[in-house]
Amino acid sequence: MAVLDVNVVAADQQVWAGEAKRVIARTSDGEIGILPGHEPVLGVVADGEARILTTSEETLRVQADGGFLSVENNRVIIAADQAELL
Amino acid sequence: MGAQQRVFKQKIRSTSSLRKIFKAMELIAASRIQKAIARSQSASPYANALTRAVSAVSSESNVDHVLTTEPESVSRSAVLVIGPDRGFAGAYSANLLREAEELIRLLRSEGKDVALFTVGGKAENYYTFRDRAIEQSWTGISEMPTPENAREIGEALLQSFNAESAENGVDEIYIVFTKFVSSVKHDPEYRRLLPLEVVDADEVASGGASEPAKDPAAFPLYEFEPSAEAVLDSLLPRYIDSRILSALLSASASEQASRQAAMHTATENADDLIKTYTRLANTARQAEITQELTEIVGGADALAASSAGD
Repeated sequence: MAVLDVNVVAADQQVWAGEAKRVIARTSDGEIGILPGHEPVLGVVADGEARILTTSEETLRVQADGGFLSVENNRVIIAADQAELL
Repeated sequence: MGAQQRVFKQKIRSTSSLRKIFKAMELIAASRIQKAIARSQSASPYANALTRAVSAVSSESNVDHVLTTEPESVSRSAVLVIGPDRGFAGAYSANLLREAEELIRLLRSEGKDVALFTVGGKAENYYTFRDRAIEQSWTGISEMPTPENAREIGEALLQSFNAESAENGVDEIYIVFTKFVSSVKHDPEYRRLLPLEVVDADEVASGGASEPAKDPAAFPLYEFEPSAEAVLDSLLPRYIDSRILSALLSASASEQASRQAAMHTATENADDLIKTYTRLANTARQAEITQELTEIVGGADALAASSAGD
């Protein structure tokens, strides 16, 4: 099964990179869930928590404050002004 | 010990204590270059992601944004000069300021008014000494710029960009900084920050490795959340902050590299001076001994001659 290649970057460093089965992020319109094969999206990320379900069934929680999210060809990039793993 | 010898010895002592300072500064700068390069590289994934996203949105031809549209006429331009806080870096700040002056002359020749923004004490002093008005200046950040510093500068610049021309607003923004190519090569250069020309990802990284920029036509058809305008609204200020940050980081790496080179040369010059003074001191000592010997021999001869005469 296809997996998502996820990158979480903050303004001054890379926070997390790895493979995931599912990513849930908070955009200004509400939560957006991304599974492999999702259509290309560019979205504004609202302050809040993103949840990443990794391929090893772990749930990572990332606090991402302001930024954007891009999805294309199973590559997910969450770029935030400030981001940290919870 | 003769007066001449004492003078040389003193010069040797003071030069060797200066040499110690130069050597220490060289080592400090060398360790800071590595840190600056590492910071520049760790900021590049974010810069690359932003560049790619901004290129993707701007390739959507139907999106128009104030930050990307060319103004019909430009009456006032802002110039952000990113310089060092401290000297002891050879020609680093002189070269940078020359580049800035060149840009300012060019803008003036096009009939544009120039509003100055400066980073670093050296740039600030240069313009205040010449009685040139500075809109805003930031000091104390040139060696360790943070994303917060970049955001602060970005906000100030955007504010004056959004203001009307009558209220000290500007129509375009240039940035002058020193691009870090390698530890021995760093070139001052200027770029237009606003209105935006999206640059290739490998240029943004300036110093960090990155994948080559892709053809904008290769971007997939994105779905925008909530809308293309909203995405652009939130992306562009961040993109500008990130461009400023990468310029700041590149400038700080160049500053440290210039300082290391300058201090290395200073250390070598001090070594040369010490060698020269040691030779001169030896000659002086030798001359003194020769003179004493001549006096003793001369005195003995005179005594012998006078006793033989008795």
